[in-house]
Amino acid sequence: MSNKNSKECNDMILCRIWQVLKKPSVTYSLGTLLVVGFISGVLFWGGFNTAMEMTNNEDFCISCHEMEDNVYQEYKQTIHYSNRTGVRATCPDCHVPKEWNHKVVRKIQASNELLHKALGTIDTREKFEGKRLQLASNVWKAMKKTDSRECRNCHNFEYMDFGEQGRRAVKAHSEGLDAGKTCIDCHKGIAHELPDMHDVDPGSSIGDI
Amino acid sequence: MKKITLIMALLLTAGMSMQAISDSVSSLRGGNDIDNDSTTTPAKKYNKDGEPIARDYVQQPPLIPHKITNYRINLKSNKCMSCHSWADYREAGATKISQTHFESRDKHVLANVSARRYFCTQCHVPQVDAKPLVENEFTPITAISGQQ
Ligand code: HEC
Ligand code: HEC
Ligand code: HEC
Ligand code: HEC
Ligand code: HEC
Repeated sequence: MSNKNSKECNDMILCRIWQVLKKPSVTYSLGTLLVVGFISGVLFWGGFNTAMEMTNNEDFCISCHEMEDNVYQEYKQTIHYSNRTGVRATCPDCHVPKEWNHKVVRKIQASNELLHKALGTIDTREKFEGKRLQLASNVWKAMKKTDSRECRNCHNFEYMDFGEQGRRAVKAHSEGLDAGKTCIDCHKGIAHELPDMHDVDPGSSIGDI
Repeated sequence: MKKITLIMALLLTAGMSMQAISDSVSSLRGGNDIDNDSTTTPAKKYNKDGEPIARDYVQQPPLIPHKITNYRINLKSNKCMSCHSWADYREAGATKISQTHFESRDKHVLANVSARRYFCTQCHVPQVDAKPLVENEFTPITAISGQQ
């Protein structure tokens, strides 16, 4: 360590540490350093992805009662939970993007959800219902923006057999999608109860009577 | 002593005739013993989406010609109205909800569907392909059927 540098540093501890880190290694070879660096990189990366995967399954999603008591119970009545073929769509299938970069962004947003968990923003059924329109609108907006990317991970329009679909589905799918609509425009409430829809589509809710 | 014998005899005959009655009554699950599995009829499947079904009389609530599995109707929203309301029927290609459904019990015409018409499936029902249980010779009036 040159005298000049340590003088500049004086007593600042961070600065001292930086000085040590900056100094070329004398005890370890470059090769050792590379190998150790590589291994710890792999470990960090693996740990990071493991953490992402651990938080990316249904059990994790419903480990808090806000989800288990509300959306999960409703979802259990729907086609994505139980159907003819037994193929399921779980929470992350619809709510977490598959592509890595989009997934990381979604996971970072989730920290806001943890904050509200701590604050108890939706910790009763009444509070949940009160916030529901806002929560649902966020999902609708996101899906609209991505052209319902998560739905399309499983449902590919190219491979839909119109001969097998119902009369209304064929008509809506052949006309609606051409008119620039996306899945979520027509399939709101596919997995959960809808919020009070009076402000969204006044015709489809009785409102105040 | 004689009295007691008489009462005993009466009770016995009553008990036996009760037994006879319960033997001849068959419940909905048939003459099956309680610990046997009852025969189950397979659940009927609702028809696939089709064209509107012809009506038999003018005041009849039209039958639903499509599937309604998982269509929720509650105070927050009414799935049927997302296609049948005046705002949405054109885009959905659906029959517009009847004007009579806006009338309250006291014949006031309201700005939205009347509460007594809100729960559509009270009156409108989807269909399965089932044989009628009893013969029915009803024919609609010619003004509806268009046939003499
Ligand atoms: C993990 C894959 C997966 C994802 C993601 C997914 N679905 Fe599905 N979806 C399915 C399966 C499986 C079925 C049931 C097919 C069957 O057995 O009939 C289904 C059925 C449906 C049906 C038919 C409903 C009925 O009553 O017949 C609709 C509509 C639908 N999905 C819409 C959506 C929409 C909208 C999204 C996005 C919000 C979505 N799905 C996301 C797998 C998925
Ligand atoms: C313009 C409106 C509209 C759009 C856009 C739309 N759908 Fe549909 N879809 C319908 C209607 C109407 C039905 C039939 C009624 C029902 O199932 O409730 C239907 C039915 C379905 C079914 C069941 C088909 C059957 O007959 O069994 C699936 C699966 C489905 N949609 C998936 C999708 C997916 C995935 C997308 C996005 C790529 C999409 N839909 C976009 C209106 C639409
Ligand atoms: C088939 C796709 C799909 C699946 C599976 C699914 N969701 Fe959703 N979720 C949606 C859509 C679409 C919305 C937007 C609101 C709506 O249309 O119902 C939504 C909305 C929500 C909301 C906002 C509140 C609300 O009800 O609108 C929460 C919270 C939520 N989902 C949690 C979950 C959890 C937890 C699971 C697993 C138990 C799950 N979702 C499974 C598609 C799905
Ligand atoms: C996705 C849109 C959609 C939804 C949701 C829907 N319908 Fe329909 N309905 C239609 C269409 C479209 C037709 C016309 C049939 C056709 O031409 O294919 C129709 C036809 C009908 C008819 C027959 C009308 C006539 O003139 O004979 C009745 C009754 C009906 N629907 C009742 C209901 C009820 C009750 C519900 C809710 C449980 C419901 N519908 C939900 C689209 C819908
Ligand atoms: C109390 C019974 C009742 C209820 C509840 C009810 N309807 Fe009807 N509906 C009828 C009868 C009866 C008719 C035929 C006579 C008429 O037009 O009033 C009819 C007719 C209709 C028609 C055909 C209109 C036409 O122009 O031919 C549609 C569509 C319809 N109803 C939709 C609905 C919807 C959607 C709901 C729920 C919001 C609903 N109905 C609730 C009894 C009912």
